Amino acid sequence: MLIQQVINGLILGAVYALIALGYTMVYGILELINFAHGEIYMIGAYLSIIFLGFFTTAGLTQDHLAISLFLSFLLSAAFCGAYGYTMEKVAYRPLRKANRLSPLISALGMSIFLQNYVMLTQGSTDIVFPHLLPPLEFTGGGVTVTGIQLFILASSFILMGGLYFILQKSLIGKAMRATAQDRIMSGLLGVNVDLIISLTFILGSVLAAAAGTMVAIYYGTVNFSIGYVAGIKAFTAAVLGGIGSIPGAMAGGLILGLVESLGAGYISSQYKDLFAFLILILVLLFKPSGLLGSSTREKV
Amino acid sequence: MKPPKADHEKNRSGRAWLARAGISLWFGLLALPFTGWKGSLRISASVLAGILLFQYGLPRFTALSGKLSLWTHRADQLAPARLRRLLKLAGAAILLLLPLTLNNYQIDILTMAGLYAVLALGLNIVVGFAGLLDLGYAGFYAVGAYTCAILTARYAVPFWLALPAGGALAAAFGMALGVITLRLRGDYLAIVTLGFIQILHLILNNWDSVTNGPRGIMRIPHPALGSYRLAQPIDYYYLIAAIFFITWFVVRKLNATRIGRAWVAIREDELAAGAMGLNTTLLKVFAFVLGAFWAGIGGGFFAGKFGFISPESFTFFESVLILSMVVLGGLGSIPGVILGALALIILPELLRGLSDYRMLIFGLAMILMMILRPEGLIGSTRRKIETSSAK
Repeated sequence: MLIQQVINGLILGAVYALIALGYTMVYGILELINFAHGEIYMIGAYLSIIFLGFFTTAGLTQDHLAISLFLSFLLSAAFCGAYGYTMEKVAYRPLRKANRLSPLISALGMSIFLQNYVMLTQGSTDIVFPHLLPPLEFTGGGVTVTGIQLFILASSFILMGGLYFILQKSLIGKAMRATAQDRIMSGLLGVNVDLIISLTFILGSVLAAAAGTMVAIYYGTVNFSIGYVAGIKAFTAAVLGGIGSIPGAMAGGLILGLVESLGAGYISSQYKDLFAFLILILVLLFKPSGLLGSSTREKV
Repeated sequence: MKPPKADHEKNRSGRAWLARAGISLWFGLLALPFTGWKGSLRISASVLAGILLFQYGLPRFTALSGKLSLWTHRADQLAPARLRRLLKLAGAAILLLLPLTLNNYQIDILTMAGLYAVLALGLNIVVGFAGLLDLGYAGFYAVGAYTCAILTARYAVPFWLALPAGGALAAAFGMALGVITLRLRGDYLAIVTLGFIQILHLILNNWDSVTNGPRGIMRIPHPALGSYRLAQPIDYYYLIAAIFFITWFVVRKLNATRIGRAWVAIREDELAAGAMGLNTTLLKVFAFVLGAFWAGIGGGFFAGKFGFISPESFTFFESVLILSMVVLGGLGSIPGVILGALALIILPELLRGLSDYRMLIFGLAMILMMILRPEGLIGSTRRKIETSSAK
């Protein structure tokens, strides 16, 4: 029972961590909570189902299941990247010099817009992920792990590792870290700040698309409203780990997933969502800089 | 500002058209997997229409509305006090006599508009005056409604006692949330208040013994005046009109006092306001308390009028609806906020066919408003004075 809950929690946590990365990267550079980031994750889930459905009607899934899965993920990621890019350009870039309330309200508006846009075009009922994957289960010692779970764990860790590699080793990553540290100074030193911000949004959106695809495969159904709650929880994960900190977001996501899964298993499943919000409030009250974040003093 | 003629020339060049076409097609492409070919083309066309409307119509619109609000401000200053009092009296008389000429359906809509005007005025204290983005406002609305409903339906407390009790409990919740979130800056505050409404929603849905869970509370007795039970729509119209006038009066007076100016100072720069000797802690909590109080009163009215409440009436989207009224009307502007509430309640009723698109349009309007006209339809007079004297 315990080990089973831990495994479920890790899966959930990996998904939260992937979404949390997008929040934390954007916050690191713009100090903006991108409320609409959860919707990008929802759009990613929808798109993967839509594209997979397209491949099924095209007759590709029967013989080349792995390829069509991968292709639908790639397409979904590409579209989500485009959504993230456009979102930044339309809703946030014009407000970069405005007071702090304006971009928040704009982000909220974007979130509502995207949610309703998907609801109006795809309907308000759940859409179902096609049952294509062969059921694969490993049982041992009372614990059951499905192939899908292993796949999700593995791919999310690969993605997080990839992101870490990009940020630490590549020139773009270096520019991103520099911009997060001091936007004006990096601009003076020849970093194309606008480009870096766009890239940050694209990268975050691609990770959210991956999370969306995984959730669509894992739960089998997707609804237009999933982005909102997942968004808040992923944001909680980012805050828990220390907002702006990349390893923090990963750790925060995993911890949050574990707490939620154990809390639902041992305390109360009705109040499952409560744990995330309680953690959020407690962290903000007692350690606003999070577990791995550095505390910043407000600049005058 | 570029001279308008150059703008006009630029809008006509071939490159401008190419850019417009490119942007429209890009949005169509984004929508393609969701809508299919036809929908995608339709979206491209509407984006193109939108761009044209903005490029050609917007300069004229902003010039006009800017002039309009400057004129109203000037007229406000120039008009002799007696005339202004007369105008106010005339406005009040129209509001009181108007429902006699309307049918019940129209009166109900006006009542809802009045209710939301009270709610929006309350939220405006928190967001517009003090600059604290509170996304959990519907939570206080819920607290007021549930308190009033439980007191009247289960304990037979008269409505006129239950209503202020709802307001008081909501204010207490506001104080708790205000104290908890004191240390948080704008964006963190927004998220915690979002968590607050989520938690409250969970509790309302699951604490069966008190809230009756998702089934909600039914058969809430209508308020009574002596032996007369308020049952007609017009009774509730007058009730909300009375509540509205009290709210309006209190908020207006507050705005003109030290407290109102202190809130604005906090909104503009909290550190500086603190350095100037303002007790920012107390003032911020007070904004929360007062905003929550009006939400609680609004909730009590809602429970009394409809006789039924359930958690579904008090979701995050209720918060968003009220927030859009405040934002569209003009953050911090009292007439603006009232106009916003009227517009967002009455317009969807007039445009029934567009009701599915309501939230979509609100979301879009919030973005556009922040970019194009962050001060709202009727900007606050204070900000108007600041900007006009700076020029």
